[in-house]
Amino acid sequence: MSHPAKYLRPPDLQQAIQALADEDLTIAAGCTDLFPATDRKSLQGPVLDITAIPALRGIRQDDEGTQIGATTTWRDIATADLPPSLFGLQLAAREVGALQIQNRGTIAGNLCNASPAADGVPPLLTLDAEVGLCSIRGRRQIPLAQFITGPRQTERHHDELVTHIFIPKSALQGAGSFVKLGARKYLVISIVMAATRIQVADGLILSAAISVGSCGPVATRLPALEAHLTGRRVSDASIPPALVAETLHPIDDIRATAAYRIDAATVLLQRMVGGLRASSGLVA
Amino acid sequence: MTAHEQHIELTINGEPQAIFVAPGMRLSDALRDHAGLKSVKSGCDAGDCGACTVLIDGAQNCACLIPAIQAGGKDIETLERSEPGLRGRLQDAFLAHGAAQCGICTPGIMMAAMDLLRNVPRPTEAEVETALGGVLCRCTGYRKIVSAVMAVNLESPPGTMPGIGQAVGARVTRLDGRAKVDGSEVFGADYVPEGALLVRAIRSPHFRAGFSFGDIESWQATRPGVEAVLTARDIEGENAFGVIPPLADQPALAEHEARFLGEPVALVVGEASIVEALDLTGFPVSWTPQPHVLTERDGAAASAPQVHAKRPGNTLIRGNVVSGQPESALEHAAHAVSGTFRTSYVEHAYIETEAGVGWLEEDTLVVQACTQAPFMDRNDTAKVLGLPPEKLRIIPAAAGGGFGAKLDLSVQPLIGLAVLKTGKPCRMVFTRNESMQATTKRHPGTMTATIGADGQGRITGMTFHGDFNTGAYASWGPTVATRVPVHACGPYKTPNYRATSRAIHTHGPTAGAFRGFGVPQAAICQEMLYDELAEKCGMDRLAFRQLNAFTDGDQTPCGQVLSAVGIADCLHQLQPHWDRALASAQRFNKTAKEKRRGVGIASCWYGCGNTALPNPSTIRIGITPQGRIRLHQGATDVGQGANTVIAQIAADALGVPLADIELLGPDTALTPDCGKTSASRQTYITGKAAEAAGRALRSRILRQTNFSDASEITRSEGVIIVHEGASTQAIDLSTMQVDAFGYVLKAEETYDPPTTPLDEDGQGTPYAVYGYGAQIAEVEVDIQLGTTRVLRVTAAHDLGRAINPLLAEGQIEGGIAQGLGLALMEEFIPGHTDNLHDYLIPTIGDMPEVVSILVEKPDPEGPMGAKGLGEHVLIPTAPAILNAIRHASGARITKVPALPHRVLAALGQNT
Repeated sequence: MSHPAKYLRPPDLQQAIQALADEDLTIAAGCTDLFPATDRKSLQGPVLDITAIPALRGIRQDDEGTQIGATTTWRDIATADLPPSLFGLQLAAREVGALQIQNRGTIAGNLCNASPAADGVPPLLTLDAEVGLCSIRGRRQIPLAQFITGPRQTERHHDELVTHIFIPKSALQGAGSFVKLGARKYLVISIVMAATRIQVADGLILSAAISVGSCGPVATRLPALEAHLTGRRVSDASIPPALVAETLHPIDDIRATAAYRIDAATVLLQRMVGGLRASSGLVA
Repeated sequence: MTAHEQHIELTINGEPQAIFVAPGMRLSDALRDHAGLKSVKSGCDAGDCGACTVLIDGAQNCACLIPAIQAGGKDIETLERSEPGLRGRLQDAFLAHGAAQCGICTPGIMMAAMDLLRNVPRPTEAEVETALGGVLCRCTGYRKIVSAVMAVNLESPPGTMPGIGQAVGARVTRLDGRAKVDGSEVFGADYVPEGALLVRAIRSPHFRAGFSFGDIESWQATRPGVEAVLTARDIEGENAFGVIPPLADQPALAEHEARFLGEPVALVVGEASIVEALDLTGFPVSWTPQPHVLTERDGAAASAPQVHAKRPGNTLIRGNVVSGQPESALEHAAHAVSGTFRTSYVEHAYIETEAGVGWLEEDTLVVQACTQAPFMDRNDTAKVLGLPPEKLRIIPAAAGGGFGAKLDLSVQPLIGLAVLKTGKPCRMVFTRNESMQATTKRHPGTMTATIGADGQGRITGMTFHGDFNTGAYASWGPTVATRVPVHACGPYKTPNYRATSRAIHTHGPTAGAFRGFGVPQAAICQEMLYDELAEKCGMDRLAFRQLNAFTDGDQTPCGQVLSAVGIADCLHQLQPHWDRALASAQRFNKTAKEKRRGVGIASCWYGCGNTALPNPSTIRIGITPQGRIRLHQGATDVGQGANTVIAQIAADALGVPLADIELLGPDTALTPDCGKTSASRQTYITGKAAEAAGRALRSRILRQTNFSDASEITRSEGVIIVHEGASTQAIDLSTMQVDAFGYVLKAEETYDPPTTPLDEDGQGTPYAVYGYGAQIAEVEVDIQLGTTRVLRVTAAHDLGRAINPLLAEGQIEGGIAQGLGLALMEEFIPGHTDNLHDYLIPTIGDMPEVVSILVEKPDPEGPMGAKGLGEHVLIPTAPAILNAIRHASGARITKVPALPHRVLAALGQNT
């Protein structure tokens, strides 16, 4: 029989990364993915609990951009006073599970869990988000699109801790939106998700960032579609289905067929752009 | 591996409390096991159900997702340890509105509501839905929860109990409700005797596999604290249980071959903290996977592996009802329609997983577990364990939902075996995963029917065949196969009829009883074809149904002449709602683009009680020398309300105030057998026994006097006083002889419905009483996304006499929620959806407004005219919704659930 496992809950980042350097640890924060993965009464260790590190939680905005701490909860994000570019992220925050999950689940946990249906990923992709990592070897910041490499797979090394998500100032332009399609109202894993961040001036689309989730191993931006929309008038912006279909690689699963997912993603995006038309007078 | 225990300082409702637990222990378990706060319920351990919702610094959280150490220094509130003022108002509102049925989700719901009400004292419906969106309820359909939460700070508390002769028909709040709203109710997992050992099962990871054990002794020897490892060899009785004794085929622990994924093959029993933490993946068992079949089509194939050697073709049983000349009638029909419809496995998804505890009282084994059928549990468990039935006592724990699956044995024989082998109290709690893998489901069905009508729109004939996937073991498969052909015509005159059915074994989960026993599936087939046939006849869909509805004196396809038929009354009551709904949808669709509205209707009939088989109930009422009136109420209340309804009937039959009735049981040592809580039989059959017992006791009391039945009976300490006009007479109870039960006056009455067996053509009297109903669904379909939102359901149900309208409405709303799930989202896929995030049941945000219309066409056979209701209410919902989808969008759904991709595909076929 083995000895009881460690449960570490350091008060600062330095101790946390030192512990990670010493051994392989399961990093725990909101535990909304860790606990469902076991039917035991206790987290299976060894565990590094990072919720006692105050510096890891909260949203800071400065001249460089916006920094969201790793253990910032979805509730923190949903209720924060944020610019329109982050509205999509806030809409996504309100669609995570239900209030109980939003009160615990953290933004970094959502990314590190790397589910193809992670609610946070599509809006963060439209925000050109970067993931901040720290280890005793140093710090690095890599684009989210590179951080998640596949279902349940990330670029994080075992000795690294995600400390924050960074959104560069350049991505804080325009207005964000997010739509999640599922088979019920609350507590639902999405069939398709779509996120947009579109900058409009004088009825003209200056820039468009668009992403779709649950339609492939990882959520993805749609660069061809973005290029297609950029420079167009809102009044005649449309979503060519081929530009959606060519980027997505969904599968058939218990929730929907692959073909349905592509159709639904196209419809969701058409409606989001349509919504832009309806409100274009307001989004200057 | 878990970490060392440590002291954690919690603050519970402002008071410090230290617990000694592993830092990573779920707060839910820490609060339940180490702080004694049992209102915190564990329904899924995954944040999917919200039953464990507590407040942390005022905000709702799932305690199952919080490592105990993270709660240190924060203020925690649970239902039993929270602000009394708000809690009291919530409790009163929940009782008054009937917002708690089984009660398992109630504490979590109330905590979420408390979070809301502190911030928003008078919330809107939308605010309540958002705040409660994370707690699942499987009983109520949420509507009464919403109204209760909205009313907390608006209304005064409930009124008083009804007086003599006024109990039946009154909106009495649940007599057993207080424990459900204060968190003190004892469910299967809540009672833990000192020193109780924990039982865990080793289960098959394969749909079908041979297996053999390795060196169990060494495995056990290296794990101190494990007191026993038990396999089929340890079973001393007959290792085959089943609800229908001649077909009993399910081993408590499999012997050589596991026939479904999740079938138990061994038990590990020992000190709770040790066994709980064990990693069972290294248990010495080796598996040899074998070819398997999972669908009724594959199971019936000639080349299919045989699930049971004695049942060739994997056929468990066939059912059959024939009358007239169906083929010839269809050939000559002016209009005919045909179709094939498929349904999925559906999971009961009660929020309480199977759980219980057992112990020895001298040489009697006592098992206290959640159940719907205590006497069947006793007899079957005793058989497996090799005990005489009288040496086994079953005390039903409060059942946190049942809906049919808790009719079958689950934990009972396993706990019993562990107690007998160790001599110590033992308990077992299924994980959500185990519960969903190992217990019964609704039968998937593939049903084909043809229905014909004459030029005037009168049904002339129908043929129907249903193949039902009954899974690995018999369970209630025969009941489904028998019930479906009797009911497949719906409540409509069908003079020429042939309905056949077959229950087919597969290596899927055992399909058993689920609210309606196959009739909801058959109703989808029949009611969807009715819409098509009405169109062919050029008739309004409601008018078509009214034209064909059974009326008094009509013959069913079984040749039974019906009386007290309420279907026409239900359809008649729906007429104004139908006209309004059609006009409203038409108005909306004039300007609608991507969203289209539609209206659908469907009916039900359902025979109450066992099909053509005896199913008696016995009720005893006694009066103690002190003058207390005790009702031995053996009908298990799984949330539907038997404790209240049976007492209401007994009170009025006896002629005493409802408040004077003391409830006893259910408990096989205390209450006579009231049969099982299934087949919508308790209000009718046990109610009838209660009525008879009440009247018999009344006449026994009056016989002590020379007064007539017009007298009034009151009581005080040691005395019964009978009043007639101005005269009174006192019966001094203290001088009377006390019987073995401790009573001076007693009555015990049994009622068994007058049915007859069915002959080879299914002719006979399968049921003595039927209930009827019809529902209108109004939906909005997104024709680009295939999503469906149900806007309103208007439900008219003939229940003969509404013994308790408040509880009846609760049944209707809850049945509609399950019917909505069946229609739109519920699909259990073996091996893929054994949790509550991949298997979806409706949340509070998915339930539409429900308008309930109680139709009372008294049945001469039912107690005070009452008929059953519990299953009827689910039957019309799915076909009504599916018909509304077709009306809205043209999508003809032939496989449920109507997931968005299926609706969109059906739309594509239509264009």
